[in-house]
Amino acid sequence: MEWIQQLVNGISLGSIYALIALGYTMVYGIIKLINFAHGDVFMIGSFIGFYAIARWELGFFPALLLAMTICAIMGVLIERIAYKRLRNATRIAALITAIGVSLLIEYTTIFFRGAQPAAYPEVFKNKSLDIFGVQVSSTSILILSVAVVLMILLQFIVHKTKIGKAMRAVSHDADAARLMGINVDNTISATFAIGSALAGAAGVIFGIYYTKIDPLMGVIPGVKAFIAAVLGGIGIIPGAMVGGMLLGVVESLVSALGFSLWRDAAAFVILILILIFRPSGIFGKNAREKV
Amino acid sequence: MKKSKVFWGYAVIALVIYAVVQLLITTGVIDIYYKNMLITMCINIMLAVSLHIVIGVTGQFSIGHAGFLAVGAYISAIITTKLMLPFPLAILLGAVAAAIAGLIVGIPTLRLKGDYLAIATLGFAEIIRIIFLNTDYVGGAAGMQVKYLSNWTYAFVGVVLTILVISNFTNSRHGRACISIREDEVAADAMGINTTYYKVVAFVIGSFFAGLAGAIFAHNFYIIQPTTFGFLKSFDILIYVVLGGLGSLSGSVIAAIFLTVVSAYLANFPETRMIIYSLVLIIVMLYRPTGLMGTKEITDLFKFGKKGGTK
Repeated sequence: MEWIQQLVNGISLGSIYALIALGYTMVYGIIKLINFAHGDVFMIGSFIGFYAIARWELGFFPALLLAMTICAIMGVLIERIAYKRLRNATRIAALITAIGVSLLIEYTTIFFRGAQPAAYPEVFKNKSLDIFGVQVSSTSILILSVAVVLMILLQFIVHKTKIGKAMRAVSHDADAARLMGINVDNTISATFAIGSALAGAAGVIFGIYYTKIDPLMGVIPGVKAFIAAVLGGIGIIPGAMVGGMLLGVVESLVSALGFSLWRDAAAFVILILILIFRPSGIFGKNAREKV
Repeated sequence: MKKSKVFWGYAVIALVIYAVVQLLITTGVIDIYYKNMLITMCINIMLAVSLHIVIGVTGQFSIGHAGFLAVGAYISAIITTKLMLPFPLAILLGAVAAAIAGLIVGIPTLRLKGDYLAIATLGFAEIIRIIFLNTDYVGGAAGMQVKYLSNWTYAFVGVVLTILVISNFTNSRHGRACISIREDEVAADAMGINTTYYKVVAFVIGSFFAGLAGAIFAHNFYIIQPTTFGFLKSFDILIYVVLGGLGSLSGSVIAAIFLTVVSAYLANFPETRMIIYSLVLIIVMLYRPTGLMGTKEITDLFKFGKKGGTK
């Protein structure tokens, strides 16, 4: 039973990774850029949720929506100001800019509110439910259900709406999409908005799950979400979900075996093994590089 | 003939700088604060130049340089503090250990390209840091006490050695092979250059000198902790190389000197320092994606019209 409990913990943690990983995967799929600042959008989302609940006394769902909206705007701003000019620049220049944006968001936050952590308010009474002899906290169920609802919503947007179709077209071939009359700039902005909104939502539920947030909290989950995206095959949306869940479960199991200090190392080992043996990820197809 | 004249010219300049600073230290004109800043400057130059050979010359985007710094720092600290062996031996062994770590990391990861390589090296640096964090022999998270053994002589000799080896390497046949990989890896491969071999060689040399810097770094402070060698340290080193110019050795040196001075004056405002750093990074990348110096060296600026054509 102990193992099933760890599995449940792992899935809750994994669903947070999955939500952040979706943003990475979508952005990478469309402009081939590792958006290092994504983890910091997640952090900002977490803080907006904190202020909304603790200071302005909003409920959980209004706070979640507010965080998602502000993060979406922030994502679009980051793209328009920093990344748009670099569409045709070298990969190294784009990656360094992303690192710069990430540091800028982190330290501007520290500048305005200090580096000390904040304690997240309790929104729900945390009850333990007994399901077939397994103790599952109600917070875990909440996190999982929010994540699943958002993922279904994302699948709907990507597969059924016009903007989703445009996103798929641009990620496939931006020039051909432009010739077909798709506004590529707006589509990229929409991708950033959706990805950042998911990161914002992940920030709020992360705060509720871990009850402690600080301005540098985005770094490690950000890198891990990227690992999740690579694990599932970067650019593939279901891959990010599965990768996130898998990573969460592996981490919980490593902790359960008594190696909690090695948890982060386990994630990086998985990354390196995947990159060496199956660089296109679990769901990816091997594409040969053209000269 | 001409080349050796230039070499002796630089040797004289280096000796003069060393002698003047040493004189100022012994006469007490440079106090302990500025002396410390000079040593930090030397360490940063070594780090910048050792990353320059990986990113600037070979074009492999590695952002886990702090990991090799950590290996050099910890191994040398173990040798002096636990095994009570002399400091020069510790420097050498620290650097060799870092080079071996570079070899172990480099062979699998250098098959990757661009972003993937960056993330993989970042991951390896974190794994190295987590290993030190979980090793009780070196004090775990609390850190390790180290004797204060660094001085200006060690730091300066380290810098001269680093620059000498790396600039000679860059100008050699091997260095030109590395540059060709930077410019176009597929074309270099097609011309019969063993790209993997040269990438690993450049990586190992870079790690070796990062380890050298690490040994001097560890013995310049009384304590080393795993938190010192995190992402931020790697990004700091990256900023020197990027700001100076991707592919310019003298650019890396100048950026390292400049940013050490700036951060020393902003030491009381760490947030402001990082905000300025990140803004500089973004603006330089947006308006001058090859860094301030590009691939030019400082000496190119003094060669007025000696060479015809564009270079």
